[in-house]
Amino acid sequence: MDPIKNKIQNSSRETRQDLLGKILSYSCILLIVLVVLSIFFFVASKGIATFTVDHGNFWTFLTGKTWNPIVNNAKGQPEIGALPMIVGSFGVTILAALFATPFAIGTALYMTELASKRGERLLQSVVELLVGIPSVVYGFIGLSVIVPFVRNHFGGSGYGILSGSFVLFVMILPTITSMTVDSLRSVPRFYKEASLALGATKWQTIYKVILRSATSGILTAIIFGMARAFGEALAVQMVIGNAAVMPKNLLSSASTLTSILTMGIGNTVMGTVGNNALWSLALVLLLMSLLFNILVRLIGRKGRM
Amino acid sequence: MKNLTKMATIILATSALLVGCGKANSSANSSSKASSSTAVSGKVTIVGSTALQPLVEKAAENYQADNSKVNITVQGGGSGTGLSQVQSGAVTVGNSDIFAEQQSGIKAKQLVDHKVAVVGMAPVVNKQAGVKNVTMDQLREIFTGKITNWKDVGGKDQSIVLINRPEGSGTRATFEGAVMNGQTAKKSQEQDSNGTVQKMVAQTPGAVSYLAFSYIKSDIQALSIGGVKPTDANVTNNKWKIWSYEHMYTKGQPNKVTKSFLNYMTSAKVQKSLVKDLGYISIGNMHVQKDASGKVTSK
Repeated sequence: MDPIKNKIQNSSRETRQDLLGKILSYSCILLIVLVVLSIFFFVASKGIATFTVDHGNFWTFLTGKTWNPIVNNAKGQPEIGALPMIVGSFGVTILAALFATPFAIGTALYMTELASKRGERLLQSVVELLVGIPSVVYGFIGLSVIVPFVRNHFGGSGYGILSGSFVLFVMILPTITSMTVDSLRSVPRFYKEASLALGATKWQTIYKVILRSATSGILTAIIFGMARAFGEALAVQMVIGNAAVMPKNLLSSASTLTSILTMGIGNTVMGTVGNNALWSLALVLLLMSLLFNILVRLIGRKGRM
Repeated sequence: MKNLTKMATIILATSALLVGCGKANSSANSSSKASSSTAVSGKVTIVGSTALQPLVEKAAENYQADNSKVNITVQGGGSGTGLSQVQSGAVTVGNSDIFAEQQSGIKAKQLVDHKVAVVGMAPVVNKQAGVKNVTMDQLREIFTGKITNWKDVGGKDQSIVLINRPEGSGTRATFEGAVMNGQTAKKSQEQDSNGTVQKMVAQTPGAVSYLAFSYIKSDIQALSIGGVKPTDANVTNNKWKIWSYEHMYTKGQPNKVTKSFLNYMTSAKVQKSLVKDLGYISIGNMHVQKDASGKVTSK
């Protein structure tokens, strides 16, 4: 047979390789998508069962203040008031973000604009080190250092939203810092050069040009930090006190969605009200992380315009 | 062409998944068959109570050293997980700190109870509270929130910080069954691990909680109740009321290999050494027995 014809009509080794590669990557993607979808389906079906199967009241869930799913209230519905946990989760998340943002932006500015190459590398490794510390270690440090500190300087028992925010502050600082560094680095060089050439001081350039043009990136960084804080379980659980009651102030024992979830899940039986109610909390967590993701998208889109 | 490839990929991946599942099932079947036919070889999966986990893990290790054909996996997860997993047949043995009858959502009749040890628990306070003994009524009032300062029970002027265990935990169920007399505890801090509770009580002034005997170290103060000290000897004759069994539940009667391991757990070898070393009380030493409703009768 004509070798040229043969070559054209039959697939070569390379095209077969190409196909194989395609198949491999598609099946990986498919698997991941399947996993994500099934997690969503599983959590949602379990979480919704509290309201459909066990006749929990959705409004009670969002606004009720009594969390005791095993016991039925006067109307025969399980007591699934999750407001204390929702408030607790948002409380620690927002406070931690408030504490961490100024420090993160300061560190990032120093690293990108002010530091020498050596200083920058040093800080870089410090930040990376902070990321690598496991959360149980943060929890233990919180328990042995931050809780007594808060007790002695602010009062109360030391367990509460304030201690939780302090621990989370350290945990989300590296996330926000490194993402802010990225967004500051992506500010075009000529913006800075033009500003300096016009006679602006370094501070004016940073404040009026660099920070302004990196705003959307910085916001994204903060939201990623908040998402991490919202989902953190172990470290917070150790310092917040885990009392499923409405926090009276920042110093009284409170609880977060994650802390109640991790404590309760091993003690309940699949399919019972107590278990389903915990899955409802998990559903709230999942929806919140979805919301954080959407927010990041929206900000990213706005930033591009 | 592109669509075709996509389709092919999807079909391939799904079929791969299906094949994978099928295989897993068949191998599980064959292994369970094997375990019932031969002498003592096979696989035992044990899941549940974290309080019982260290004992079972150690015993399983020793047992496997003698019976190399047996493969025992021990996991934590909590009493609730243990009971629900053994009920659904997902594991061979479910460890629990509480009677299956006490756990909602469990059909206790399907499960067979094997009691392997007894664990005593005691109320513990921070050393600065200045209290060493309370009455049962005082203890109850502390946990219902009626007494809020240590000076009311003879201690220092120091407000009480309650540290409870999560609702549904075995330790809490035992404590409330013996102390609370049907009253509900005040909503307060909850912590789920013995280690964390121990650390918290040690460093929080005015803190009170309860712990298994093995976690009571010198940096915290265990309370006597009505003059009775929390000791193993007082548990064995029920002078000390706060104690519970450690259960290992099987669904129906255990198969040969599981039975052999459960026998090993209650054998003198484990009960005389391991049980004692790890801070539990041997089941053989008990002069009384307790049923699921908490009624105590002498043996």
